[in-house]
Amino acid sequence: MSERVLLEMRNITKVFPGVKALDNVSFEVREHHIHALVGENGAGKSTLMNVLSGVHRHGAYEGEILFDGEPCRFRGIRDSEARGIVIIHQELALVPQLSVAENVFLGNERLSVSSVVNWARTFFEAEKLLSQVGLSVDPSVPVQSLGVGKQQLVEIAKALSKDVKLLILDEPTAALNDEESDKLLDLLVSLKKSGITSIIISHKLSEVQRVADEITILRDGATIETLGRGDEITEARIIRGMVGRDMAHRFPPVVRSPDPSRRFEVRNWSVYDAQDPGRAKLEDVTLSVAAGEVVGVAGLMGAGRTEFLKSLFGRAYGSRVTGEMLLDGQPLRARTPSEAIARGLAYVTEDRKGEGLMLGHSVLMNLTLSNLKRVGSHNTVNPKLEQVEGERLREDFRIKAPDLYQAVGNLSGGNQQKVMLGKWIFAEPRVLLMDEPTRGIDVGAKYEVYQIINRLAQEGRHVLLVSSEMAELIGLCDRIYVMSDGRIAGEVAGETATQENIMALIIKGAREKVL
Amino acid sequence: MNSLRKAAQSNLRQYTMGVALVVLVLVLQFVTGGTMLRPLNISNLLHQNMYVFVLGMGMLLCILTGGNIDLSVGAVVAFTGAICGVLMVDLRMSTLPAVLIVLGAGLLVGAWQGFWIAVVKVHPWITTLAGSLLFRGLAQVILDGRSIGPFPEPFQFLATGFFTDVAGGSGVHLLSILIGAAGTLVFVGVVLFFHFRNRKLGLPTSTPAQLALKIILVALFVNLLAWRLAGYKGISFAMLLLVGLILLFSFITKKSVFGRHLYAMGGNIKAAKLSGINTARLMFTVYVISALMATVAAILVTARLNAATPKAGVGYETDAIAACFLGGASISGGSGTVFGVLVGALIMGVLNNGMSLLGVSIDWQAAIKGLVVLVAVAFDMYFKNRQRSSI
Repeated sequence: MSERVLLEMRNITKVFPGVKALDNVSFEVREHHIHALVGENGAGKSTLMNVLSGVHRHGAYEGEILFDGEPCRFRGIRDSEARGIVIIHQELALVPQLSVAENVFLGNERLSVSSVVNWARTFFEAEKLLSQVGLSVDPSVPVQSLGVGKQQLVEIAKALSKDVKLLILDEPTAALNDEESDKLLDLLVSLKKSGITSIIISHKLSEVQRVADEITILRDGATIETLGRGDEITEARIIRGMVGRDMAHRFPPVVRSPDPSRRFEVRNWSVYDAQDPGRAKLEDVTLSVAAGEVVGVAGLMGAGRTEFLKSLFGRAYGSRVTGEMLLDGQPLRARTPSEAIARGLAYVTEDRKGEGLMLGHSVLMNLTLSNLKRVGSHNTVNPKLEQVEGERLREDFRIKAPDLYQAVGNLSGGNQQKVMLGKWIFAEPRVLLMDEPTRGIDVGAKYEVYQIINRLAQEGRHVLLVSSEMAELIGLCDRIYVMSDGRIAGEVAGETATQENIMALIIKGAREKVL
Repeated sequence: MNSLRKAAQSNLRQYTMGVALVVLVLVLQFVTGGTMLRPLNISNLLHQNMYVFVLGMGMLLCILTGGNIDLSVGAVVAFTGAICGVLMVDLRMSTLPAVLIVLGAGLLVGAWQGFWIAVVKVHPWITTLAGSLLFRGLAQVILDGRSIGPFPEPFQFLATGFFTDVAGGSGVHLLSILIGAAGTLVFVGVVLFFHFRNRKLGLPTSTPAQLALKIILVALFVNLLAWRLAGYKGISFAMLLLVGLILLFSFITKKSVFGRHLYAMGGNIKAAKLSGINTARLMFTVYVISALMATVAAILVTARLNAATPKAGVGYETDAIAACFLGGASISGGSGTVFGVLVGALIMGVLNNGMSLLGVSIDWQAAIKGLVVLVAVAFDMYFKNRQRSSI
């Protein structure tokens, strides 16, 4: 492996009005390496990559970029792509309705003569690129028919079509389950062998540890250190660099006393697909959560976990919902989200931006939306009451925002998540259905969210938690149900849970389904 | 003084459209040789364009839900106007029951469209496009292509009735000046009350300079308007009705839970649904309100023209939609204010009126209005973007 420096970013400083996002950052990437970039949200990782890819054009920042030994002055993404630098953002840039092949060559179409698409070449070459990334799908199917994991691979195929030299992946595994993540990481390693250098931004330190040759840690817009293969790389070491302090425990200590006499129960819950009412999505799911208990639901992407929580929450998902819910032995009927809220349910969505928050509206408007009755009377909102309650939530959930009237979209991911939690606590729920509550937020904010979850349980609420990070479920839950293909495949107690026995249940469940 | 200037500057940038309106009025005042701001003309301008204000506010609620518009309002004006005609001219019904029946018909029209939009889930654009054909056609059918009139006195009063003066024929209409002054006092009182209450409670308030500027501008506007109107016949019933509607819609958008839900829905419809908001019911309600406002507009238009005609309300929907977007409403929903719609409607009204005074032909009027709307919204976006990037 060569040790030649492919990319050098020297003394990059980028100032947004009022904030110094990057302060004299220097950063080197060696050829044929996988270089990980880690840091908390707001540490400047994305800004640095935006400088590199030309989103922040030359002149909008200070410092210089050398790629392949030559200075670069990118004025836009097209310039950087022309040099072989391709960035894949967390939000995939695919057109769902177009075919895989069309997406692979989007903006870079294979032409026969000028402006006329050569379909034969498009499909032929797409197939070649797809096999290169290990994706065996028909290139003529629309991208929306693929799962997120496969869509990610289509993005990489698209990058390969542009003769990529340096591939940048921003949180590539955030939406993937462990199996898909493994596959993606293996692909990066094999691309490395075929000569493609990559930069990977990730919050998942175990992945970073596994594939990265070098790791650069950013904190508060400055480079803290770069760890190479000579250094001893441990998770604790990386976390220390990221947060600037030791984090002895990733999970807060648990002091819980569940009350098994008061239970939230779901019995024989079956749900059919929302679009295709002939297809069963959930079959005969039965589980229970005691008051003061945190219960996890593990499973692979597509196992039906999100659909399960949503269908419980006033049938916000699915068709032909059957089965019953009980709270303290009393049947709980909720046919709409508003009934669900009124009966004491809350659903914290996994998709903060898409269906959780109104990004353009203020923190306060978001916080009080699900329970406006509490801050007014006679169908009018009392601004004073609203503000008092908002302030209380802001302190309670340690939401870092200049004031309550700030648009939520301006806050960091972790703080947006806290706004969402605050919003649902404001609705005074007894049962919390939480879907990936720590997706895409940094280590420090995660810890705070864990503390909040613990507190909610201590207050005697029932918490049902879906997460794709098994370590999180193991660290947080009293019991874990394993869901596989819309059924409960088994249950493990928190103390005895390991990634291995959860995985074993998932696989067993999948096998039973086939039989 | 310095802070006042700063406040003025920030407000100027914030209210580009207000400035555009003032400039427009001054230019037209100049080129029409002073006719523009004559008392008679101001009075006419308001009455002729009352429909833009009324329809614009109903349209705003539709737009807030997520850029949905109501394309049928022009046709609904013709349809409900036609019913007015049949009831009062053909059937000789008296004004009050006829108006109530027509408003009821407007409700039904709204419920009809609301049903297709909220229950069957046909897209509002398609539903109201169909509505614009349907109700225009029904208006033709009901009137059999005729224009009918005249209408009874009390009905005409709704649109063109002025209040008799307290001073009694002394040249200047004292009552309207008094109403203007009283309105100003109430306004100042209310604004100051809320300002100090909010400050005491620690809610966000504007700076004293901004507050002063706001009071000065509104007081100037209201009193100048009252003074000019006093030079003609003073204040009419329709103007008071408009003021009432403005207060009602301001309350709906600023204070009510319903209004808050509209903004939430436009901000993120999925989040709104998962927050327990019944978005289908909201859609139903806004289209009922829009149809009801179209009916109010129909009553005003029919009464003013003293005739019901199947050609009434042609192109009204574009004026109302333009007023909303000129007033800064967002095409994706979730933002827009009643105040903005008023400014937008005034711009449309001043354009309509000014070009008529200049003798511009109807065809050119439409073309010019189109250009003005395009350029004005483009400027507004440009300024807002610049402002955002300078924060």
